[in-house]
Amino acid sequence: MMSSAGFISRFAPVLTIIAIIIAVWYASAVALNAPWAQDKAKRAGVTLSFSELVSDTWAQEKPKLPAPHQVATEIYNTTVMKKITSKRSLIWHGWITLSATLLGFALGTGLGILLAVGIVHSRAMDLSVMPWVIASQTIPILAVAPMIIVVLNAVGISGLLPKAMISMYLSFFPVVVGMVKGLRSPSAMQLDQMRTWSTPKSTVFWKLRLPSAMPYLFTSLKIGMAASLVGAIVGELPTGAVAGLGARLLAGSYYGQTIQIWSALISAAILAAVLVALIGLIQRITLQRMGMLR
Amino acid sequence: MSEATVIEAKNLSLTFQTNDGPVHALQDINLEINKGDFVSFIGPSGCGKTTFLRVMADLETPTAGEITVNGMTAREARKNRAYGYVFQAAGLYPWRTIGGNIKLPLEIMGYSKAEQDERVARVLELVELSGFDRKFPWQLSGGMQQRASIARALAFDADILLMDEPFGALDEIVRDHLNEQLLALWARTEKTIGFVTHSIPEAVYLSTKIVVMSPRPGRIADVIESTLPRERPLDIRDTPEFLEIAHRVRDGLRLGHGDDV
Repeated sequence: MMSSAGFISRFAPVLTIIAIIIAVWYASAVALNAPWAQDKAKRAGVTLSFSELVSDTWAQEKPKLPAPHQVATEIYNTTVMKKITSKRSLIWHGWITLSATLLGFALGTGLGILLAVGIVHSRAMDLSVMPWVIASQTIPILAVAPMIIVVLNAVGISGLLPKAMISMYLSFFPVVVGMVKGLRSPSAMQLDQMRTWSTPKSTVFWKLRLPSAMPYLFTSLKIGMAASLVGAIVGELPTGAVAGLGARLLAGSYYGQTIQIWSALISAAILAAVLVALIGLIQRITLQRMGMLR
Repeated sequence: MSEATVIEAKNLSLTFQTNDGPVHALQDINLEINKGDFVSFIGPSGCGKTTFLRVMADLETPTAGEITVNGMTAREARKNRAYGYVFQAAGLYPWRTIGGNIKLPLEIMGYSKAEQDERVARVLELVELSGFDRKFPWQLSGGMQQRASIARALAFDADILLMDEPFGALDEIVRDHLNEQLLALWARTEKTIGFVTHSIPEAVYLSTKIVVMSPRPGRIADVIESTLPRERPLDIRDTPEFLEIAHRVRDGLRLGHGDDV
């Protein structure tokens, strides 16, 4: 059990930062939304006191920067207060994005591990595939995403899979890089040791290379998961804003619904944090069971 | 080659091709190691002592001459798992317990589960680590880890033990203790041991045969047959006989070094 003092010392820094962010956020909302509030007041022929100005900037319908409580209320209204099946439910949209993220992440992780195994075991693959892997990430995803969607649509694939492909495109990269490094992490001595037992290559892989790569894999998975979510959201933008957190972002920007944009943004951030934390948990449990954590 | 010869090198040479030109790591090595010998290889760094051990283990391939291990080529001997090799670092897998680490070669070689357990218990007892099989490597001191790695090399039926400066990273007191244990272990198991070191007292204390090597190119400068009895308490190191052998080793090293010193 964690003691209350331990609890405080662990979460105090995080809570402090959150408090600072919220304070800055509120102050910025006042600064950014004040011109519009003044403008309204001028047309109505009234002058605003400071407290009236502040309360107006924190309660506008289409503010330049919505205040935290406006975003929180919007998130509350579109999650708890809506049925999950409703098209206005953020949970429904979140699930659309999450499913593409998870599928893309699974595909990307699989592809990444396969490529890494190939690259580590074959010099030809090391020389031929690795440059392409790196080149693939120099292309801006915003340029590639619509093409993937359009091309796949043309061959009759639409919905979840095209978005998952974009997620995969972004998430396989950190897995390849991390796993290549991890699978190569055994020292020359450890490999010589295996040679003295005339160990088959496959056994060296399962008993030495793969366990050595585990810490690297989990670090890569965390980055890959975050990239995957970005990919899914980007993939939702060119689909004509039908569903998903990306669609909420796009629709929000069409209609100037800044509160909707921000609530979708914050939801995406929370989703990413939860997913990465989940991998962190699996990492802890796995490494603990392997005896690699003290 | 007599019946008792386990390792034999004939006109063995090994040249590494580097960007700075060829490096003659070993040149015209001729040596016979008999069954049950404890042979130390001593010399300054770059004299090829580790390279020679690695040639015996088929971790390096000689460029000229030949080497036989148990009457086979080094490669066949490796395929037959003729030797256990102990490296300078223990190299235990952090994700395996001590018992799991010792089982590793046994798993690779396909021993049955029951036999694995039986052998782990036996070799842990040999290196005085009984009861540590469920501990993880980080829970053990450096000396204990190295003993575990020796246990791992003893776990399968290899009658040759090759050790590359196994105690080089340990402090003197631990080293003395491990040297004593190693002699006891050698007496009990009757293995043939090849041992690389750069400590003169260690070489003299442990060996029945001391091979003094010199660098550039790596050659054998002297081979000294020890006149010490097989039973060796630690204080044998203060006897005149011990000091005389140590003196001869030092002379050999100085001679090999030429004007470099």
